[in-house]
Amino acid sequence: MPQLNIADFPPQLVWLAITFVVLYFLMAKVAIPGISDVLESRQNRITSDLEEAKRLSEDADKAKADYEEALAEARAKAHGIVSELKASIAKEQDASKAELDAKLAKRAQAAETSIRAAKETALSHVREIAADTAKSAVAKLVAIDVSDKDVEAAVASSMKGDA
Amino acid sequence: MASEHSPLAQFEIKRLVEMNVGGLDVSFTNASLFMVIAIAAITLFLTWSMRGRAMVPGRMQSMAEISYEFIANMIKDNVGSDGRKYFPFIFTLFMFVLFCNLLGMIPYTFTVTSQIIVTFALAALVFIGVTLIGIFKHGFKFLTFFVPSGVPVVLLVILVPIEIISYFVRPISLSVRLFANMLAGHTLLKVFGGFVVSLGIYLGWLPLGFIVVLTGLEFLVAFLQAYVFAILSCLYLNDALHLHH
Repeated sequence: MPQLNIADFPPQLVWLAITFVVLYFLMAKVAIPGISDVLESRQNRITSDLEEAKRLSEDADKAKADYEEALAEARAKAHGIVSELKASIAKEQDASKAELDAKLAKRAQAAETSIRAAKETALSHVREIAADTAKSAVAKLVAIDVSDKDVEAAVASSMKGDA
Repeated sequence: MASEHSPLAQFEIKRLVEMNVGGLDVSFTNASLFMVIAIAAITLFLTWSMRGRAMVPGRMQSMAEISYEFIANMIKDNVGSDGRKYFPFIFTLFMFVLFCNLLGMIPYTFTVTSQIIVTFALAALVFIGVTLIGIFKHGFKFLTFFVPSGVPVVLLVILVPIEIISYFVRPISLSVRLFANMLAGHTLLKVFGGFVVSLGIYLGWLPLGFIVVLTGLEFLVAFLQAYVFAILSCLYLNDALHLHH
């Protein structure tokens, strides 16, 4: 196997040492810092972008909360106005109803009074007519002229007996 | 010397530029060439793809970032936060092994990680580094790593030698795993490539189809072995830092 030729070892070891050391310094001083710089700046960019996004999202949340608060306030206000309006309308209605009731009651009372008066008049007329009829009937039947006073007394007593 | 058509010929070291410093052979070989190509490709890939420094990455930038995050997460999950300072090392190790493996998949290239001496050197680097970290961090307490807790004293007589052996076998298993995977895959590809030629135009299609499938598998192995190498290094590092048992 050619790999085991000891005479070939020294040049390989020497050149391996040279190339490996050179590569180590090239990596450590040039390549690795270059890559890590880029990765780091990207990481920083991502972090700052994420922070910015977080801040904006918080702002949006706050704006939403404000909006909802204002909306709730407006709703409560509108509710108050509506209920106030309802109450005043109900009050007005109650007042006008009471007025109407009073008016109607008054009218009913007046009507009752006039009915009672008419009844009384009618009843008093009934007595008169009864007396007249009784007087004329007595005159016709017995041909006696009964005095008005007697007739009236008789009517009064018969009406009393009826009662 | 193996012939040009031997399946193992691809692993031969060829000196492109002969060099000698104080009696030490430091020739620039085909292996050296592909190490240089690998580190150039890694550096180019990671810097060129990141040149836009785009907030929203494109394809190439995504690949570079994924490589970075892949190893960063591996260390975070397996070692913890105190493993962060070893990130450049693990990252270099992973990228080096991965690119050597992947470059080897290109025809006519040389697979650096198919050389046992290379994988062993990397594994030994990890092993020695991790052991030194453990000793510097814990001092003599590091030796308790070899004593499993909650075990009867009688059993310790057997368990402590096992723990010690398993610890010192780590660099061997780590290096042989990578080396053997690369060696086997590339040898198999070469062998079946030879079958294509020897079976000719009628039957040669069978091994050719097999090579296509095997190539896909080898790409998986190339990534997987780099991953395994890196994650085992992380686990060894975690042992040294936290002495878990």
